[in-house]
Amino acid sequence: MALKIVKGSIDRMFDKNLQDLVRGIRNHKEDEAKYISTCIDEIKQELKQDNIAVKANAVCKLTYLQMLGYDVSWAAFNIVEVMSSSKFTYKRIGYLAASQCFHEGTDVIMLTTNQIRKDLSSPNQYDTGVALTGLSCFVTPDLARDLANDIMTLMSHTKPYIRKKAVLIMYKVFLKYPESLRPAFPRLKEKLEDPDPGVQSAAVNVICELARRNPKNYLSLAPLFFKLMTSSTNNWVLIKIIKLFGALTPLEPRLGKKLIEPLTNLIHSTSAMSLLYECVNTVIAVLISLSSGMPNHSASIQLCVQKLRILIEDSDQNLKYLGLLAMSKILKTHPKSVQSHKDLILQCLDDKDESIRLRALDLLYGMVSKKNLMEIVKKLMLHVDKAEGTTYRDELLTKIIDICSQSNYQYITNFEWYISILVELTRLEGTRHGHLIASQMLDVAIRVKAIRGFAVAQMATLLDNAHLLTGNTQRNGICEVLYAAAWICGEFSEHLEDPMQTLEAMLRPKVATLPGHIQAVYVQNAAKLFATVLQKHEGETDSQAAQETSQLLIDRLPLFVQSANLEVQERASCILQLVKYIQKLQQKNVEVAEEVTALFAGELNPVAPKAQKKVPIPEGLDLDAWINEPPSESESEDEKPKVVFAKEEPKHYRSRHTEVDEKELARRREVRKQEQANNPFYIKASPSSQKVYDAPGVEHIPVVQIDLSVPLKVPGMPMSDQYLKLEEERRQKEKAERKKKEKKKKREKRGKGRKADSGPESEEDITPAHQVDIVTEEMPENALPSDDDDKDPNDPHKALDIDLDKPLADSEKLPVRTHRPEVLKSPAEDRDSKSVPQETKKKSSKEKKEKKKDKEKDRKRSKEEKKKKKKHKEVEEELLESQPEEAVQSEETKEAAAPPTSTSAEASDLDFWLSSAPVPPAAAQEVTAPSSAAAVDTSSAAAPESEPDEPKDTEPEDTKSSKHKKKKQKKEKEEKEKKKKKRHHHHHHHGDAGGEDSVQNGTVEEEEPLPPMSNYSLLAENSYIKMVYDIQGNHQDESKVVVSVIFENKSDSFLKSMEFNVLDSLNSKLQRPEGAGPHDGLTVPFQLPPGVSNEARFVFSVQSIVMPQKLKGTLTFIVKSDESSTHEKLDFKLHFTCTSYLITTPCYSDAYAKLLESGDLKGSSLRLEGINMPFHHLLARICFHHHFSVVERIDSCASMYSRSIQGHHVCLLVKTSDQTVSIDAKCDEPSLLGNVLDEIKQTFSKC
Amino acid sequence: MIKAILIFNNHGKPRLIRFYQYFLNMQLQIKHLCTNKMAEDMQQQIIRETFHLVSKRDDNVCNFLEGGSLIGGSDYKLIYRHYATLYFVFCVDSSESELGILDLIQVFVETLDKCFENVCELDLIFHMDKVHYILQEVVMGGMVLETNMNEIVAQVELQNRMEKSEGGLSGAPARAVSAVKNMNLPEIPRNINIGDINIKVPSLSPF
Repeated sequence: MALKIVKGSIDRMFDKNLQDLVRGIRNHKEDEAKYISTCIDEIKQELKQDNIAVKANAVCKLTYLQMLGYDVSWAAFNIVEVMSSSKFTYKRIGYLAASQCFHEGTDVIMLTTNQIRKDLSSPNQYDTGVALTGLSCFVTPDLARDLANDIMTLMSHTKPYIRKKAVLIMYKVFLKYPESLRPAFPRLKEKLEDPDPGVQSAAVNVICELARRNPKNYLSLAPLFFKLMTSSTNNWVLIKIIKLFGALTPLEPRLGKKLIEPLTNLIHSTSAMSLLYECVNTVIAVLISLSSGMPNHSASIQLCVQKLRILIEDSDQNLKYLGLLAMSKILKTHPKSVQSHKDLILQCLDDKDESIRLRALDLLYGMVSKKNLMEIVKKLMLHVDKAEGTTYRDELLTKIIDICSQSNYQYITNFEWYISILVELTRLEGTRHGHLIASQMLDVAIRVKAIRGFAVAQMATLLDNAHLLTGNTQRNGICEVLYAAAWICGEFSEHLEDPMQTLEAMLRPKVATLPGHIQAVYVQNAAKLFATVLQKHEGETDSQAAQETSQLLIDRLPLFVQSANLEVQERASCILQLVKYIQKLQQKNVEVAEEVTALFAGELNPVAPKAQKKVPIPEGLDLDAWINEPPSESESEDEKPKVVFAKEEPKHYRSRHTEVDEKELARRREVRKQEQANNPFYIKASPSSQKVYDAPGVEHIPVVQIDLSVPLKVPGMPMSDQYLKLEEERRQKEKAERKKKEKKKKREKRGKGRKADSGPESEEDITPAHQVDIVTEEMPENALPSDDDDKDPNDPHKALDIDLDKPLADSEKLPVRTHRPEVLKSPAEDRDSKSVPQETKKKSSKEKKEKKKDKEKDRKRSKEEKKKKKKHKEVEEELLESQPEEAVQSEETKEAAAPPTSTSAEASDLDFWLSSAPVPPAAAQEVTAPSSAAAVDTSSAAAPESEPDEPKDTEPEDTKSSKHKKKKQKKEKEEKEKKKKKRHHHHHHHGDAGGEDSVQNGTVEEEEPLPPMSNYSLLAENSYIKMVYDIQGNHQDESKVVVSVIFENKSDSFLKSMEFNVLDSLNSKLQRPEGAGPHDGLTVPFQLPPGVSNEARFVFSVQSIVMPQKLKGTLTFIVKSDESSTHEKLDFKLHFTCTSYLITTPCYSDAYAKLLESGDLKGSSLRLEGINMPFHHLLARICFHHHFSVVERIDSCASMYSRSIQGHHVCLLVKTSDQTVSIDAKCDEPSLLGNVLDEIKQTFSKC
Repeated sequence: MIKAILIFNNHGKPRLIRFYQYFLNMQLQIKHLCTNKMAEDMQQQIIRETFHLVSKRDDNVCNFLEGGSLIGGSDYKLIYRHYATLYFVFCVDSSESELGILDLIQVFVETLDKCFENVCELDLIFHMDKVHYILQEVVMGGMVLETNMNEIVAQVELQNRMEKSEGGLSGAPARAVSAVKNMNLPEIPRNINIGDINIKVPSLSPF
């Protein structure tokens, strides 16, 4: 044995290590591939050895080779072997290799589950760390499901190093196993306030990633993040939070209002550019989300723009780039503020850095107006000429077209200018965007009727000079333009001055070198031109010329008939035959022109690109329904149904020639015509045979006078500049004229003496050169509004769109490994039993759908697993499946008894937080946090149910100006209503409603309904007023508790000016507003009409929580009846029990076990005799009155957990037999435990 | 999220690659035709394309690049820094702050400098594994794990010490052999020194 080890280490001496491999590769530069292949052979040998060190070395080398692009997946199993080594050194190598080359398809990953689990629970934090790091790179849905619970436990690890890694990896787990999000979320949220900044930053990171994709689910976290933002000094965290707010504000404008101020402060105060930039970005997002109504709205915009200008002017190119990027966001909503920096942006167009130029181009898009469009485009055209590199030039080209065509050519005043720009663009060498120019030409020519004459003239010139475009093979992209040119000349040939010349140009032999689809258009449009020429000649009764034209076609077309392109060939031969026939007729002196033109009659209308999609599905049309009932199987014996289609189809083709007689054909034609007549989307040929002239509405379009001073026919010469000049002159003239008119007016109106000289030209002042009628694109009748978001259905984040505020359902608990497989059930049965009771009222239908999906997924997964047929896996699977059954049991009781966790509380928290701007956020939270626990005494249930909201509403109202009041009130009313509903529902939910409860909850089924319970106990009472109170700990602050007091007016008089005061002790103090003395009372923020009750909350700070405490206090108030008003007072004693310092905290059984094992806890026990109530009632009572949660329950034994506001763990083991209940308890603070046990004893002695 | 981290030299030779997302040819992915070989090829293609994009840029232009065609989508950005002979390229999506990532690269490089004592390209060439281990303490699964340099260095040191206590990967004899081999190092000069090259960073003040 020893010998073997020695031999192994001697061998090792001669193995290459990573450094040797690298050196070897560097020394074999000329035959690297060969050298590496010998190395791989060596590695294969090394992997066969038993020595793990040798294997690890080999795997390390493979990792290097993987980087060079070699496939090393064949060694996957060896990698797993190295991963499972007990030595950290090797383990780390193994995990590194795995993270580099494992992915979802790697099948050995299945084998790693247990190894990873072992490493995660290793006592060595670096083993755990390495496993987490590796797992983060190759986690699969299976791994995520199996390990989610282990990782979740690690989130509460004692070492921050592990905590932060565990928190981060949860994001990956969520992505792969979305079901884990809801159960893990509370703990993730908790980590936002972790004492370690690294962990905190990790949690912020994860939530930001989650919220980026589904922001609405995270809106309720806004107050917490707001607090973090105002308190954190870590720039990384701040940046993340600020980015997150940027994503949240569009959903909640009120949030934006709240954010503006702190963000502005940050902008002013921070020295870190990155933070400044993100602040500006989020302020922009806020301003976008607030349409208007902000008082300092423009100030904020101004601040942003000004800061961005500083960035853009900075010499650092990075800042310049980002400045432009942010600027483009402002542009969308506040173009005016950006336009004032036009100079700067145009300057950036000249920057040497392409990224910056591109950003500047983006900005230009929004800066154009009718006034400056021509000028800007002129500048861009200059850039096009100067630009090096096709990508940038192509970008310029698309931008020019984008800018000009935006919002339906809104900024173009002169379409002649635009056409000439397009023509100029055709001179670009090697652009890829020929088709873009072509489609613009077509679009403009078709939709702007007034421009057709000019466009046709230009296109004719283009066709004439086609050789310039096609001369160079490199310019292939641009010849697309000829497609448009040919079509426009053909379709609108009546505008052509010399159709004959164009026809000739289109039939040149050179055309045959163009791409097929262009030739086809050439041929077709040559025919159209031919028709026009014929008509012209016949109008002049020039039969000689007409016949010459025919001859021209007959001479030239055969070239196209020989084309290799089918389309060209077909069209050409068709037209050739037609022309030959026409020639025959011409020779007989028959007039043919009219009939030939009829071939091309009718106008083509533009159709919107989405028109087809928008056609609504007619009512009653079900495309999935059978047209004919499918033949039953018995019938199919003699006929073979499968070949029905195959046989039928050839028939159709042949029918023309043979079987179908004329009658049948006629009938079909009739049917088709009928169909077309009834089909509103079928574009019918206009009944008139005359072309455009008869089209309705054409007469109303003023025909454009083409200014002949413009030399149209100089090919390849820049012409747009001249338009620019002309346009300027025109505008000047117009302006002058207008001024004259104004002067006249002024003279007339001098007496009134109105406004001074007109300032700079405003938008509306510029009238278009000629009235253009932009034909809108046709859309089908009753087109559906656009609702397609075109979201990627494969986006993994879609699955994470989960409502996080809903309380956890039992079925959602993470699968936990267990060692008690007694309750084995088949998975299917199990699933049923889980889901049936779930389908209760409280589940929204949406959730049901989710469920369905989940179920389907489950089924799919189980199918897959069956396929794999890994035996041990199935066993494990069964174990997993059996576990939730237990979870159900324990959760059942919890659901029934535990105070509600979130829903309405969070929603109302957020509303409150958002609506009460003047209240400092921290305080606001404290006050509202426990609102969830507002379980109200059944005796006064009806009235106070909605009351707790009242103070919230009144508070902000006082501070708001009266203007906003009305709106606000309305809104709040609505909100209140909503809240009321929610509240209502959760009242049912936790046991106020007695008998109803069992149905509602579903989970308590076989067991007796719980008696009604309330935590409110009497504080004091006299003939005027009754006070009941409850004390709740605060999650967010370890030294604060909140006392909720319900005041009920028992008298017939009006109670007002209530003042609540308490004599502070050293340990507990009432929190008074700033500036108030230590003995001042707190005003209760409402008045009580007769018979009404309302709730107020008071915050107390406490130092030590191990002992119960009593505080004396007084309530003073004024009783006002019709005739008199008297001062009254009522003394009371506030009893702070130790229970009130406990917070219901869920705990997972493994964490619980660890806690007990840790040995830090001291024990104590309690025995209760003569308890005569069902066990679940007992548990429910403990849960409800003493803020515990059930960790696990087996038969008549249950473990329970709670935590104090200062983090003491309290664990109970409750057992019952024959009316005797024994409670064994453990806690890290013995006196606290003793007191809690006493209180529990008291609770049960009462009943 | 950080999608990938690439380090290559002025000639496009990869020195470290770390993909946090599995990039594949979309068409093949749909058809389930992808093999491991294709995945490796895709990675190499991405490296080549990125190198091509980055290498033709001057040193005095901005450090952001709209993503290439392979690491697709408008949401993606390449953020890089050029140090002497090496390019450090991070491919990130829009949830990351651009300037933040630039600082992160700086933190990473300075950490390397501390761990290797005057890092140069050769350190990265011969100790790719170590560089990976350092990177693992900075970025995990595509998300920023730690930005505090002292914390990163401390964790790396602790792990190295642990490795040492286990005897390391290559035991003493092998190390002796490689030390001898190290003596006749080929011509490559040790030419980069991060400490001297001070690229102006907008300071993200206290981390």
